[in-house]
Amino acid sequence: MSRTAPSIGAAPSRVTRGLILGIIGALFAIPIIAMIEFSLRDGLAGGYTLSHWTSLVDPASVAKYRSLTTGLGNSLLLAVVTVGIVLLLLLPTMILVQLRFPRLRRVLEFICIIPITVPAIVLVVGLAPVYRFIGSIFGSSIWTLAFAYGITVLPYAYRTLASNLGALDAITLSEAARSLGAGWPSVLWRVLLPNLRRGILAASFISVAVVLGEYTIASLLSRQNLQTAILLISKSDPYVAVIFALLSLLLVFLLLLVIGKVGTRRPGARSSKPSSKPDLTQGVAS
Amino acid sequence: MTLTDTPGALSTEPPGAVPARGQSQRRRPGRPRGRAASILGLTPFAFYVLAFLALPTAIALTTAFFDSAGGFTLDNVATLFDPLILDTFVSSFWISALTAVIGAVVGALVCYALLGARPDGALRMMIESASSVLAQFGGVMLAFAFIATIGVQGLITVMLRSQFGLDIYADGVWLYALPGLILPYIYFQVPLMVITFMPALDGLKPQWAEANATLGGSRFTYWRRIAGPILAPAFFGSLLLLFANAFSGYATAAALISQGSQIVPLQIRSALISETVLGRSNMAGALALGMIAVMIVVMTAYSILQKRTTRWQR
Repeated sequence: MSRTAPSIGAAPSRVTRGLILGIIGALFAIPIIAMIEFSLRDGLAGGYTLSHWTSLVDPASVAKYRSLTTGLGNSLLLAVVTVGIVLLLLLPTMILVQLRFPRLRRVLEFICIIPITVPAIVLVVGLAPVYRFIGSIFGSSIWTLAFAYGITVLPYAYRTLASNLGALDAITLSEAARSLGAGWPSVLWRVLLPNLRRGILAASFISVAVVLGEYTIASLLSRQNLQTAILLISKSDPYVAVIFALLSLLLVFLLLLVIGKVGTRRPGARSSKPSSKPDLTQGVAS
Repeated sequence: MTLTDTPGALSTEPPGAVPARGQSQRRRPGRPRGRAASILGLTPFAFYVLAFLALPTAIALTTAFFDSAGGFTLDNVATLFDPLILDTFVSSFWISALTAVIGAVVGALVCYALLGARPDGALRMMIESASSVLAQFGGVMLAFAFIATIGVQGLITVMLRSQFGLDIYADGVWLYALPGLILPYIYFQVPLMVITFMPALDGLKPQWAEANATLGGSRFTYWRRIAGPILAPAFFGSLLLLFANAFSGYATAAALISQGSQIVPLQIRSALISETVLGRSNMAGALALGMIAVMIVVMTAYSILQKRTTRWQR
């Protein structure tokens, strides 16, 4: 469609585009390359070695990286619980508001955007007393931190779910299902959720990405997660810290790439009928 | 509207199933009870948001008005105007402003370069995903990236020293101080600009460029007279978002600067950890209050500009 634009003059020429993206891309690649180079260095002696990478899978160094594996395990647990909060708390509320309280949609959107204005560093000031209280009930186990992460994830998860929910006519779909005799559970389970699969997948992935990268709240509430562990180990073994930083950047990049792929396949399907089952045949249900 | 014809047409067919849950056909009978149940369905989320968003925010904003004994005081808020604290606000302010402006300009350039590329093409998707990673999830990792790049033994530092005899740290190591934040911040500001500004550029309709061309306008007139004014609110809106992003950013700074409190978030850190900044308790609350005040002003301006932007995106 936009193929005609370049000839008219809005879009840059191929050369200009290549030049801009090439220069800026090269500048932005430098820190990443530097990280790779750093992770291959053989101490201060000079020369290169793969030993920092291989030591990661070396059983002898398990004890050395215990804090890292604990942090990683904690972050994964937090990611799971946070995704649970998004899917079991946010999603049903969004569906309910969409179907029964259209007027509250604005309010819900406003609430979900608040965490952008109230940054984590401010939130954590108020979270400290809240978590002192929570600690007295649930103890200081790591998973309770997911309650706070559910809030930081809110703007991202809301936006991805809302764009999916807005694209399908949830009211008509559920009315149609209801009039065919379906009860609310099967409307939800067999009609709405299958149609929301992309949004659910994208919201889950983006939540995982946010949780894996979270540092502020964990560190100031003195909990151990992946990021605090990376920072901790960087003091004793900077190479491993850089390797883990690289790997987690890569992992999040891949997660987001999948979200992008899942998200853009929709426009092609939109041309077919609204209730397009065929384009949902991707085996993406979790 | 669809409510009226679908159920009406079908209600005659399965007589047993439909009247039983008659609330959607005839509004009167089943409605009140269904509504009560629905409202009940909203409570878990409402409770969650109250407990983990509203309550912490309220605590963060009100602790400033109490002293350690629990009595009302304005001392903490007054401390915000202490020269030392004001200095950190000023540093936060200029570092956010500087990186936001650079990020906005460079990011807009990237957006412009992507203008003709297919939205679902590999190039766009790669750049958008990479931007998203760096802009939103970098945090601590970006600090390491820059330690590896321009740290004392960093790739670029060493290269400049050995190849060109240039010592970027001739006057002392600045990476772990305030100036050291500039490059890492730009590194996440540019990608954030790409993410937030690109939708506005996508909203430019090819017809406008065509109309401009048919009327004899040049490329320059198109950008100056048509695209420029349309994109201006989006550009400045994104600029404000970048500012807010840098102003509230903590992880990168905390990972780079382990000593001292050069910017407001780091000041909050030391207030939380030691509780003795300037010998006052509840100082973190006062700092949070000051920070929220700035954020609310910036984000309100952002949403006003955003409203003007979306007008063109239909």
